Amino acid sequence: MNLAIRDIRYHRGRFILTSIGLGLLLGVVISMGGIYRGLIADALAILNTNKADIWVVQQGTSGPFAESSRIPEESRYRIAAVPGVAAVSPLAFQTIQIERSGKPFRFFLIGYGLDSFGGPPDIIAGRNIRQKHYEMVVARAMRIELGEKITLGQNEYTVVGISENIVSSGGDPVAYVTLSDAQEIQFKKSNHAIRNDRAKIGAGVAGNKALSPQQAELLKQNIIAATESTHTVNTVMVRLVPGADLKETQERIERWNRLRAISDAEQTAILAKGMIEKARMQLGLFRVILLVISGVIISLIIYTSTLDKIRVIATLKLIGSQNRVIIGMILQQSLLMGVLAYGIGYLVILLTYEKFPRRIVLEAFDLQMLFVIVMAICTISSFVGIRKALKVEPAEALGG
Amino acid sequence: MFAIEVDNLTKIYGKGETTVTALQDATFKVRPGELVAILGPSGSGKTTLLTCIGLINEPTLGTVVIDGTTVADGGWHGGIDLKRMRREKLGFIFQAHNLIPFLTAQENVMIALEINGLTRNEAKKRSVELLSALNLGHRINNYPSALSGGESQRVAIARALANRPKVILADEPTAALDTENGKNVMDLLKKLAVENHSAIMVVTHDHRMVDGFDRIFTVSDGRITDEKIS
Repeated sequence: MNLAIRDIRYHRGRFILTSIGLGLLLGVVISMGGIYRGLIADALAILNTNKADIWVVQQGTSGPFAESSRIPEESRYRIAAVPGVAAVSPLAFQTIQIERSGKPFRFFLIGYGLDSFGGPPDIIAGRNIRQKHYEMVVARAMRIELGEKITLGQNEYTVVGISENIVSSGGDPVAYVTLSDAQEIQFKKSNHAIRNDRAKIGAGVAGNKALSPQQAELLKQNIIAATESTHTVNTVMVRLVPGADLKETQERIERWNRLRAISDAEQTAILAKGMIEKARMQLGLFRVILLVISGVIISLIIYTSTLDKIRVIATLKLIGSQNRVIIGMILQQSLLMGVLAYGIGYLVILLTYEKFPRRIVLEAFDLQMLFVIVMAICTISSFVGIRKALKVEPAEALGG
Repeated sequence: MFAIEVDNLTKIYGKGETTVTALQDATFKVRPGELVAILGPSGSGKTTLLTCIGLINEPTLGTVVIDGTTVADGGWHGGIDLKRMRREKLGFIFQAHNLIPFLTAQENVMIALEINGLTRNEAKKRSVELLSALNLGHRINNYPSALSGGESQRVAIARALANRPKVILADEPTAALDTENGKNVMDLLKKLAVENHSAIMVVTHDHRMVDGFDRIFTVSDGRITDEKIS
């Protein structure tokens, strides 16, 4: 006869309520694991979508995601000429926050060359960008309708396509425009600043009496062209030809061009270990604390439940019950509570995780490990109750 | 063979100067089927006597033999499996019946059978037989909280009898019952002693309940001071 089940059956209201409370706590533990996995998935989303072998960034930086990186656009041609390189794609991107329906709206804008890779993943509605200017593809999570117009910088962009969800390393949804549009949005100065700069350059050149008026005008035009150029990118992605030596290609790119060539694996490490390390530790610490709290709660519940059953345990001992019957009753109750609480926690997260503001990724391995940990906690927690039960004397069954 | 043999049984609580002799030099023998009452005021040592025979309280001195097995010989007899002895040879009935609240009447009887090695089906069958014999056939699925005091005590008796013990020890089995129910329980115990050939020792302080008992011990200040034979 299973005494644990019968006790639970008799006190089912109390047992279920306790398990729900514990389940919600475990739900938080599960969600934190999911948030951590989500952080990694978000951090690596752009990397995984683009499938570049090398990310070329400004020398001495860990860009383009971990820190600012700016390199001349024309370096793409020099990189493309390096032996072993199959294709290159320059990217310009930035995080943008605009006002939309009276609320702040944040997203990550990527500009890519229409003739190269690095564009949006699968288009689920509308079409990809076809024109060189003023068209935009947005991720589904942005909840922007096809045909909607978004003002960025000095221009208006029409949403022509909706892509599968993709987010930046910071968790913001991604929108795509052409490289030239992205460069203009990011690097083009305001009209007022341009007028100001031009006046300053004009005055500076005019003050140089050694130049003829024609020379002064030519110099002025060149300086203005240089200062107003938007031909800068944040990174150049590189795909190698099959069989090319990654290390050697990286070295060649770095040696020639005063650039840093970061392999995909190195970029993954920078993003996964560097950028989210603190978040990982923070979430890990929270999870440990919550699991310890769960353990303490289970211990207390099992202990008080054992205290409630002192007379029952004494009676069982008096009628000759073996210790294993009593240990089994307490241990099984603890484990059943753990199983039910885990199930409730899992169900709650399963039903709500899509509504979380940040992505939650539930991985089978994490869930299995947590289940094993919860079972271990339940087993250890039941020891306090078992210890108490084993000390109960059969004589305690006597008396009124 | 005697069901119970007690010789110079003594129980002393505490050590050194703070010792209390709860029971001193108790000596008697009880045959199978014999019904023995232990009378005495509170604190006289009657429950101590019962618990020493019931293998709950370790005797300080003296011997206790249950159904031919020496269980105590100046302390527990070496190698004796107390739980097994309690399971197989003894049945207990308590003042507060001590039914397990989360088990039904039938399950309360079945648990005693299952921990003694009976299969679930065997235990089910025997528990129904026992409860029906005690006029509780219609209450087998009721929890103790739904049973009256008399019914609960009859379930406790069924549990005590479940493994056909050689000795049944009852500690104030009628204390929580009214006179009529108390009388019914005592009559039932008398009947069972004859039918099952079990020795039954009943601790009580109520002289009215001991009519028809084979022997009546009176305990006072830890000693058996009087023994009446019907």
